[in-house]
Amino acid sequence: MTEVEQHPGGRFDHQVILEMIAPNSKVLDLGCGNGDLLALLIAKKSVRGTGIEINEQAIYKCIEKGLTVSHADIDSGLMDYSNKRFDYVILNESLQEVLNPEKVILEALCVGKKVIVGIPNFCHINARLQIFFKGRVPVTDELPYQWYNTPNLRFLSLKDFRNFCTDKGITIEQEKNINGAQEIKLIPNLFAHIGLFLLSRE
Amino acid sequence: MNQSSLGVVETKFYNFAEPPQELILKSGIKLGPITLAYETYGTLNKDKSNAIVIFHTLTSDAHAAGIHKDSDKPGWWDGMIGPGKAFDTNKYFIISSNVLGSCKGSTGPASINPKTGKPYGLSFPVVTIEDMVVAQKRLIDHLGIPHLFCAAGGSMGGLQALLWSVMYPDLVHSVIAIATNPRHTAQQIALHEVGRQAIMSDPDWQNGDYYGKSIPARGLALSRMIGHITYMSDKSMEEKFGRKLIGKEKVGFDFSHDFEVESYLKYRGDSFVQRFDANSYLYLTKALDYFDLAEDGNLVSAFEKVKASLLVISFTSDWLYPSYQSKEMVKALRANDLDVSDCEINCSYGHDAFLIEIDAQSRLICHFLNRIHKEKINDRS
Repeated sequence: MTEVEQHPGGRFDHQVILEMIAPNSKVLDLGCGNGDLLALLIAKKSVRGTGIEINEQAIYKCIEKGLTVSHADIDSGLMDYSNKRFDYVILNESLQEVLNPEKVILEALCVGKKVIVGIPNFCHINARLQIFFKGRVPVTDELPYQWYNTPNLRFLSLKDFRNFCTDKGITIEQEKNINGAQEIKLIPNLFAHIGLFLLSRE
Repeated sequence: MNQSSLGVVETKFYNFAEPPQELILKSGIKLGPITLAYETYGTLNKDKSNAIVIFHTLTSDAHAAGIHKDSDKPGWWDGMIGPGKAFDTNKYFIISSNVLGSCKGSTGPASINPKTGKPYGLSFPVVTIEDMVVAQKRLIDHLGIPHLFCAAGGSMGGLQALLWSVMYPDLVHSVIAIATNPRHTAQQIALHEVGRQAIMSDPDWQNGDYYGKSIPARGLALSRMIGHITYMSDKSMEEKFGRKLIGKEKVGFDFSHDFEVESYLKYRGDSFVQRFDANSYLYLTKALDYFDLAEDGNLVSAFEKVKASLLVISFTSDWLYPSYQSKEMVKALRANDLDVSDCEINCSYGHDAFLIEIDAQSRLICHFLNRIHKEKINDRS
């Protein structure tokens, strides 16, 4: 989980995802939280969307927004959905919190034609400087947790994720890296807080 | 005095299946005439598109909301049904239907068999949940309702709601299935069998022929005591009773009641005997045990024809209809590409939660129905 900057158009990562998605498509949002992204996609892109979320209070918020949502753990499996059922499966800000990210992402690529992954970059320069100069595990505005209370189970950089995709034969069709409400093009693994990837796999 | 925002309501009765047009049951046996008790709340709109049918639990009745003229006790789901409530009677026309086999105003083993002039007793045919739904379909036809906006219920009522969407897929727009499951499991059957044996081993049961004589009160009370334990949870019993003693400072070192929970169960058992027929208990638990949506073992194909949008609710502490059964059902529904939402509500009330946990259920149900309502209007325009 990271703190994402709000701006007048809503969360910038949501705006980036919105642009990646074709209108009227079928979307599954894994770890959909309060359903803000799904509601946005339905309103702006007329998608047919459904979410999976583990937090009970978030389920109420989703239902209040008029969303279809399932109260489940994405680690417990997606394979009850048939092959390529969805046009897009979204894993935004959730992959680093699952127990078995490899399984989840490969399952997402089975049930979805395309997968959108949003990950926090744990190797941002602020984090690196804290490790180097302070000799401590970084706590930054974007990664505000201490080691003992962080919901994040997985710590990875944008480069780590790209390497993972190469190893698994996953195609990165599009990559956008952001910092607050800004797109970062220069050395994103150093300067971007969040990486957003549009993936596919034959 | 209890209050209900719905005010005074009354139970109505629909009579049908007069011979020779008897209802043919799943077993192949014909049954008629049949009476079905029901209540309605709210108003059916002009295009008859706002009807919701509510189904009750094993031993409940058609009196789901409001109060009866001669009583101040509100219906069993009064917190959920009424103006501005989850099932909003300002918007929806609510029908609460009793079931075939019950003793709450509908035809069951305690009813008089017109052929003999005596109560049916064990000559009453074994009915199934499917038979209950077929009878309810007749009631809905009688009320002139072509489509149900929603079929909703908890426990045994949830089974009926699910079956409506399976048996009449074109007639049901949405389903709310609470604390229920797609098939009865060995544990559920076992618990029912203990209850049935308690009744049948009471000498007063007399093979079901006890009407007008002394009723099998001890057996029925015992089966209710067992049932009541299954409706609660370890935690809710601990919270409600703990090890509190009843009317004494210390334990008595005898077999009189020491603990509050003992006298509570006794009270529950005894009061149940006043309001429920032992044979009905046998028939209804049997109907539950026979329930299996996936008789061929394949739950996914069991939901193949369903078109309704669904909301499935379960409770963390319910060990009679555990959440995993709801989740299994949700997976099968999703595999059919159906619009299904589900929530496992965290609470300690056990299976009874669906009668008690009003706030969380209301939040889910009210917004679910709003969405379905909106989508329906958009579809038409």
